[in-house]
Amino acid sequence: MTDMLTPTGTAATADVDALEVVRAARRTPQRRYALVIGGLSVALFGAFAARVLLGDYTITVPDFFRILTGTDIPGATYILMESKLPRAVLALLAGVAFGVAGALFQTTLRNPLASPDIIGVSLGASATAVVAIALWGWQGLPVSGVAVLGAISVALVVRLVAGPHGGHRLILVGIGLAAAMQSVIQYVFTRVDEYDAQLVLRWLTGSVNGVAWPTIRLLALVLAVLLPVTWWLCRSLRATELGDDTAAGLGVSRTRSELLLLLGVVLVAVGVAAAGPIAFVSFLAGPIARALNGGRTTILGSALAGALIVVAADYVADYLIPDTNLPVGVVTGAVGAPFLLWLLVRGRTGRRAA
Amino acid sequence: MTATPTHPGTGTSRLAAAGLTLGYADTAVVHDLDLRVPDGKVSVIVGANACGKSTLLRGIARLLRPQSGAVLLDGEVIHRQPTKQVARVLGLLPQNPVAPEGVTVVDLVGRGRHPHHGTFRRWTSADDEAVAEALTLTDTLGLADRVVDELSGGQRQRVWIAMALAQGTDLLLLDEPTTYLDVAHQVEMLDLLAELNARRGTTIVMVLHDLNLSARYADHLVALRGGRVVAEGTPREVVTEEVVREVFGLDNRVIDDPVSHTPLVVPVGRHLSATNQENR
Repeated sequence: MTDMLTPTGTAATADVDALEVVRAARRTPQRRYALVIGGLSVALFGAFAARVLLGDYTITVPDFFRILTGTDIPGATYILMESKLPRAVLALLAGVAFGVAGALFQTTLRNPLASPDIIGVSLGASATAVVAIALWGWQGLPVSGVAVLGAISVALVVRLVAGPHGGHRLILVGIGLAAAMQSVIQYVFTRVDEYDAQLVLRWLTGSVNGVAWPTIRLLALVLAVLLPVTWWLCRSLRATELGDDTAAGLGVSRTRSELLLLLGVVLVAVGVAAAGPIAFVSFLAGPIARALNGGRTTILGSALAGALIVVAADYVADYLIPDTNLPVGVVTGAVGAPFLLWLLVRGRTGRRAA
Repeated sequence: MTATPTHPGTGTSRLAAAGLTLGYADTAVVHDLDLRVPDGKVSVIVGANACGKSTLLRGIARLLRPQSGAVLLDGEVIHRQPTKQVARVLGLLPQNPVAPEGVTVVDLVGRGRHPHHGTFRRWTSADDEAVAEALTLTDTLGLADRVVDELSGGQRQRVWIAMALAQGTDLLLLDEPTTYLDVAHQVEMLDLLAELNARRGTTIVMVLHDLNLSARYADHLVALRGGRVVAEGTPREVVTEEVVREVFGLDNRVIDDPVSHTPLVVPVGRHLSATNQENR
């Protein structure tokens, strides 16, 4: 820094003061960020614990650990290991995947409406997954693979038709494609013999109910690979947020943004392949985390918010109406729809809101 | 009057364009243009609306891939250099940049440090120093913890310039940094840039609308018309009645600016030219 000139006169003292001002001004948002991440983590832990331990069959904490370490408690073991725990873990993982993907989309495209569940990417994954499962009888990894292809195809079509920028055009094209994907899913249900309402709801609105451990393990494995990559790449979002030209001026290539979008697409697709397109989680998580964080984007916060939404919504879905086990997507949809309207009414659909 | 680039990098021009043709889809906006940006000087690109001046600036900032020809930075084709490496030498402030919601002045200015960070090199006290200096130079230190959205137009523009300064580049490109500012803030902004140029020796290239302010602040003036350089040189060489007529299609007189003694363009206009004819 020696080659840079400093203001004349009381240069030395002015510089020390300036440095102090800069450091102090940087600290305030950092403290808030720490508070947001801490708060969301605690809330998520609480919701997860409640989901696993409470409900119509209570499991005590000592029992929980005994079952986990292999002790067989008749009744409790089955309920925990085959119902409560897989459900809670899938809700957590799917929530993280959707939350991160949504925030990546919204931030990269600088538009809060441009989340994968609004612009048809989630339903694209869902449509291909349901075709593979219901018509071709596929299971496991191939379903995830084909869901990823479906999501990428929809994203590419949106991109080709709407052009490279995240304006209203992209939203309109995406909503159109989302409707088309929904009709594909509905069409598939007219072709399958055993018409199962739970199955329909899973692939239309999403559900974390009745998913086997191998599917969950697969999702966990994919996330364990993709999330660190995302973490490494998403630092450039701080520049991307400033607009295409400014970002390019700061040395962030378009390829990098495209790569982040691709990561978002894959995250959504693997989440959908396991839990269905849980309505509005991608759309809600980013803005909620951002609102808590004083308007500033946080990918980690979005991941935690997404997980919290799905875990909490699934708890509500399970016990809201007695004797009825609602899919989690019904609850998130009921919360998300008013939020979407509110966002539209507020008129913040342009670049400023992102 | 058009200068041809002779070994940029070895002379006094780190940034140059050679046979540069730029455009969108299949229409060319800038045609076979040669340009040498003099080091350590303030260069201003002027021209009528849609003459290609913003396109040219985007082109030399590597935001547009040339249809033919090349932009050279330190003698090498800019598009072949790693973009982050270029960003440590060449800064850009686009037209009407928009700050993300909730971002504070310090945060925004700090993002100018992006090209200096890498996988293993994160924020250090050198970054704090660069930000503090950028804020001091642009007189925005008092705004450090304010949210950018809430600032006035003039303050906001100073903050954006601070971001570009924090980038710590030897060359700085600005696309109409005075748009939407009133005349007092326009002058304040240009004074600030002139100061930076004088104190830090930063090479400045900007697109400006106002010909008289351009003539006052430019060391080197480039007049464009239809994507081609019509005239290039000192303001006194470029701002003549003939050139202004050719570039802007405007009947005009050029007089001496009583304050800066640079050329001052006085438009004639159809309304008054009729009256003048009668008086003669």
